[in-house]
Amino acid sequence: MSVYYTEDHEWVSVEGDTGIVGITDYAQKQLGDVVFVELPDVGKVLDQGAEAAVVESVKAASEVYAPVSGEVMEANEALQDDPAIVNASPEENGWFVKLSLSDKSQLDELMDQAAYKAFVKTL
Amino acid sequence: MLKNGRQTSPGSVTENAPQTFTGNRALMLDEPLIFEIAGPKTTGVDLMDVPQVETRLGGLERNREIGLPGLAEPEVVRHYTRLSRMNYAIDMGIFPLGSCTMKHNPRLNEKLARLPGFADIHPLQPAQSVQGALELIDELATWLKKLCGMPEVSMSPKAGAHGELCGMLAIRAAHEARGEARKVVLVPESAHGTNPATAAFCGYEVDAIPATPEGRVDLAALKAKLGPDVAGVMITNPNTCGLFEPELAEISEAVHQAGGYVYCDGANFNAIVGKVRPGDLGIDAMHINLHKTFSTPHGGGGPGSGPVVFSEALAPYAPLPFVRKAGDMLELVEEEQARTGSHSDSFGRMVAFHGQMGMFVRALSYMKSHGADGLRQVAEDAVLNANYILRRLEGELTAPFAASGPCMHEALFSDEWLEDTGITTLDLAKAMIDEGYHPMTMYFPLVVHGAMLIEPTETESKAGLDRFIETILALAGAAKAGDVERFKEAPFYAPLRRLDETAAARKPILTWTEPDLAEAAE
Repeated sequence: MSVYYTEDHEWVSVEGDTGIVGITDYAQKQLGDVVFVELPDVGKVLDQGAEAAVVESVKAASEVYAPVSGEVMEANEALQDDPAIVNASPEENGWFVKLSLSDKSQLDELMDQAAYKAFVKTL
Repeated sequence: MLKNGRQTSPGSVTENAPQTFTGNRALMLDEPLIFEIAGPKTTGVDLMDVPQVETRLGGLERNREIGLPGLAEPEVVRHYTRLSRMNYAIDMGIFPLGSCTMKHNPRLNEKLARLPGFADIHPLQPAQSVQGALELIDELATWLKKLCGMPEVSMSPKAGAHGELCGMLAIRAAHEARGEARKVVLVPESAHGTNPATAAFCGYEVDAIPATPEGRVDLAALKAKLGPDVAGVMITNPNTCGLFEPELAEISEAVHQAGGYVYCDGANFNAIVGKVRPGDLGIDAMHINLHKTFSTPHGGGGPGSGPVVFSEALAPYAPLPFVRKAGDMLELVEEEQARTGSHSDSFGRMVAFHGQMGMFVRALSYMKSHGADGLRQVAEDAVLNANYILRRLEGELTAPFAASGPCMHEALFSDEWLEDTGITTLDLAKAMIDEGYHPMTMYFPLVVHGAMLIEPTETESKAGLDRFIETILALAGAAKAGDVERFKEAPFYAPLRRLDETAAARKPILTWTEPDLAEAAE
């Protein structure tokens, strides 16, 4: 399993052809208390960079973009009832969608953990 | 202590105070839904029994109760009066939110708006029977044109965002008349959030212009984006950072040279009325919120009014209807056959009738009771009050643009001073509720982290501002001293505590259904 990061603060954790997508701890902190999450339907095909989910905090509503292209296999329904999971566990229990990846070469464009950490430091 | 011995501060709640049997706390009453008070047999009026008649509706007649609550008149009055007591309003104290009903609504306005010649007329009355009302619309239009230095005004838009739509439709009509299909509208980051929404609603792509570190429009970035595809720019002046855009005339010139038009969001006109004429800055269209600048009551769903002034270039495209002199009489020109002269290429109409008559009366009352010099003082006092707040709080809070010079009508702070306290802008806002103040605008504009935007308006006296400032300073002191509890759980004393506002907006429950009695009994 390896984890990749985007400049929009999404992460995707890849195992085989499956990628689990969420937002980073940095993103969660910037958003503040998450109060609402809108998830895509299972079966929806997302292009890289397309809107995968909407996350709303006390401050603002923001889009979560698909870091790579793929079909939605599962959405984390637990977030509907308890959006605060995104704050409590952004990089584990607070995942948004599970994608079946259609083009794994896109992962090469993303950052690894070390690169993302360095990127966040510049912000 | 008053001279007759009565305490001037409210009594404190002792720790062992008994719980009341009703759940009420003296004058703080818990209020059920109107449906829960209603009774099936209760009504406010006695109606005659209707004789049974054969209907001819062919099976379309209603076959069950209509479901409206039945209450006696005093029950209705009490219900809404009790609810209103839980509300905070400009009539109760400073409303630093800087939104619609933020300044005092003079009672003289109300008196004049209730004159039967204005209050009891109907839009479908013959024009000769409402000459006074038409004259008032015409006179108000003249004031607005003079104050803005612009040749045309449309009185019909019903509020700020509606006015934006009006202005952008005129811009689109002007481009279409030239056979140009420009696609892009530039909107600075410091503009009102409704601006990009309006441009998108008109079918334009929105391109954002970054703000400078001083919180103003980046002129070089704007110029770089101008081109044959740019229909225009939408600029808020003074902007949402509470700053005047001193380069607006230069911006307008550049936009005009590129064949575009300049829309100005005039919601903040209250800061410059009588001081600056938007027409002199090269603006082509601007809405004026009568309910902000000219004190007509709005907010909470009341009627707004957003007349739009137009430049020479856009005047032919202004919407119908408009008031015109016809001999000794005034007429309301509503039909397309009137497309001669001033409105030759009108893009059509936006509303069924002529606009918000009641707001027109109030706005003109405000103008004429202040006079031109008084309106200028309104702007001066609003700006003075905002700067007083900025300078008295900048030492304790963080004011990111304090070095950009004086602010206009709004003082903007960031949440940098709260860093490491564990307290957020939201928590501070909630603690303000406990202190008896309506919170300021928070988390907007987005260019500032954890923004707190305070607009005092000209309504407040120095003594009132001092009380407000002392409260903020006291809260700031508590926050820095680590009194986190005071903020995290606030509000403690509001009728309801922290509400799930997002769920209310995302999943609103708008219909009342009778509770299942069998289920309730279980």
